[in-house]
Amino acid sequence: MKTCLIVDDSKVIRKVARHILEALDFSVSEAGDGREALTHCRQTVPDVILLDWNMPVMSGMEFLRALGEEPMPRRPKVVFCTTENGMAHIRAAIEAGADEYVMKPFDRETLHSKLQIVGVA
Amino acid sequence: MAGIDSGSARVFAALLEARTGQRIAVGRSWRFEAALGPLLQAHSLDRVDQLAARLIEGKDKQLADRIVDALLNQETSFFRDAGVIEGAVEAVADRAPLRVWCAACATGQEPLSLAMLFAEAGGTMPEIVATDVSSAAISRAREGTYSQFEIQRGLPVRRMVSWFEPAADNHWRASATLLGAIHYRRHNLIADVPPIGEFDLILCRNLLFYFAPHQREQVLARLAGALKPDGFLLLGAGETVIGQSERLRPSARARGLYERVPDPADSNRVYTGR
Repeated sequence: MKTCLIVDDSKVIRKVARHILEALDFSVSEAGDGREALTHCRQTVPDVILLDWNMPVMSGMEFLRALGEEPMPRRPKVVFCTTENGMAHIRAAIEAGADEYVMKPFDRETLHSKLQIVGVA
Repeated sequence: MAGIDSGSARVFAALLEARTGQRIAVGRSWRFEAALGPLLQAHSLDRVDQLAARLIEGKDKQLADRIVDALLNQETSFFRDAGVIEGAVEAVADRAPLRVWCAACATGQEPLSLAMLFAEAGGTMPEIVATDVSSAAISRAREGTYSQFEIQRGLPVRRMVSWFEPAADNHWRASATLLGAIHYRRHNLIADVPPIGEFDLILCRNLLFYFAPHQREQVLARLAGALKPDGFLLLGAGETVIGQSERLRPSARARGLYERVPDPADSNRVYTGR
């Protein structure tokens, strides 16, 4: 079973994403901000991280940069999942090392498709 | 089913088959209600049988077209079965000039996927002829504009930023380079003669199973006739020419593709007779 860490400060989004991911046979963990997510990744590296952009404490971009500096046995796939849908944000995410990008709002097919593209579904 | 009687279902099924050759099995008549819902709203009707009655009245000359468009399954996405499409492109990418026919192209995601692959392969951009029986689908395909949900189905984000630009209302529009390579036209595989000329590659995916066996054979014969002697045909997963056509066979040159069975008319071109 593949593992996914959902990083989003919205409980509603985490709940919706968890519902979809569990139906796709993922084992799901959650974090409410980038710092929580980093702590999680130091203990257990997920196969894929679904990452919000705007969060308190540590944003998605700050988390992605910090993750890049962490010594890890393997790199998780990172899929941004955000309402920041402009070209400038998408390009910045790609340059920072994101593997894929989901523009909110999303549905099951969108999420499944992006997870297939990064090779975890 | 709650909202459609068998008489109305037969009216819609007969219209669809007469116009396109495609069949909806009796056991799948729920599709009528699901597909025609938006049309009911547009015509301020409550039930599907009211729509059937209005169709039979014949006063609205465009109603039949709109019903057929609504009933056609336009399910598609970018890079559907990506590995298979990449293999087909690879099989012909070094040819020049190069002609590709994307039959049953729906709203254009498949020909755009092909255009991206050919452009990225760096060779000659092919002439891509993309056809569909639905004039509404062709109209949308020509616009090359996709909703936020459509653009995210199958299209990797790097390709999205390379080949599309933001448009109004959270839509994304394909680049002029891609759209310029594709010639869209309405075409009925059963009733119309194929586009002029022969093709190096023809894609006709996930359509054959909507046809009756004799029409499947007819469509495959037309596709075979439109292939160059050394051309390839790509069908959908689960579709085959085996047992359906005497004029096509699995290709020994490219896995997963079909080719013409050589006939005497080909002997002066590439068929060696061996």
